Amino acid sequence: MPLTPAQTLAAIAVMAGVTFLTRALPFLLFDRGDHPPKLVLYLGRVLPPAIIAMLIVYCLKGVTFPALGGWAPPLIAGLAAVLLHLWKGNDLISIFGATVLYMVLVQGVFA
Amino acid sequence: MNQKTLAAAFPVTVPVLMGYLAIGMAFGLMLQSIGYGVGWAALMSLLIYAGSGQYLGVSLLAAGASLTQVAFLTLMVNFRHLVYGLSMLEKFRGMGPRKLYMIFSLTDETYALLSSAKAPEGVDEHDFFFLVALLDQSYWVLGSAIGSLLGSALGFDTTGVDFAMTALFLVIAVGQWKSAGSHLPALLGGAATLASLLAAGAEDMLLPALAVIVIALTLLRPRLDPDWNREEEKSCP
Repeated sequence: MPLTPAQTLAAIAVMAGVTFLTRALPFLLFDRGDHPPKLVLYLGRVLPPAIIAMLIVYCLKGVTFPALGGWAPPLIAGLAAVLLHLWKGNDLISIFGATVLYMVLVQGVFA
Repeated sequence: MNQKTLAAAFPVTVPVLMGYLAIGMAFGLMLQSIGYGVGWAALMSLLIYAGSGQYLGVSLLAAGASLTQVAFLTLMVNFRHLVYGLSMLEKFRGMGPRKLYMIFSLTDETYALLSSAKAPEGVDEHDFFFLVALLDQSYWVLGSAIGSLLGSALGFDTTGVDFAMTALFLVIAVGQWKSAGSHLPALLGGAATLASLLAAGAEDMLLPALAVIVIALTLLRPRLDPDWNREEEKSCP
């Protein structure tokens, strides 16, 4: 626990506030019976895949080369997540399977 | 609200029950591994209630991030929620005070259920929506608490459990890739972020990446937006 309880509560309050705000903003801006601007609707459609791709790259920012342990575990477990999801299409199986595999790889195989 | 509403809502939420128990448990375990017990896990799941947002929260708490960093990164991770509300404007209209809870609880999974599920004959639609949302969050809180308790009871090595966040994003990306009309936004997002990582470094990569993405997508609108031409025609009466 690197933070004090008060600091932790402040961080949680900020996370809760920002999360609620992102969910409430469309209602605050556009819930008046009129249609939202076309540009907003367009961005609303095309942004999510771009943002998710951004977050995947962000998650993998700690990957290092050339040592095998620096890049092989996320590559193997990431591929496992994608393949499991294409195969079974079940969030639970894909996320859990890939995470367990990753834990085995970093704790055992490439430790 | 009655038995009939519950009988209609519960089966719809069963996939989320399984998913949230599992992902919630992973969250509880992760939080436990950095020294926060079951009370903290339940508190975060009650107040924040965001899967990827709370995984990120664990990393932020572990790193002792500043409140500015916390706000910015939470915004980045939850950015897609800005879009979800747009498709719920009509559905939530007229729900009274419960609408606030519906907005608060609009997670990826609840959004997915609400955009497809319909209340059966004889069941009030708003009661049904509210109950689906409420059940979903109860699974999430329960999963977090179980994970936290398991973590403290077993005390096993949780190194690498944070990969659940990467896996979650990959799973969302696979779903989006399969249903997308064009893969250009996803490819653009990945390429822009990679370029930003190389140019700005791991600490400051997100803001430049996001700026490039929004500007590029706005410029690409004539190519990506099927409504673009029609709107052009309409604007010249």
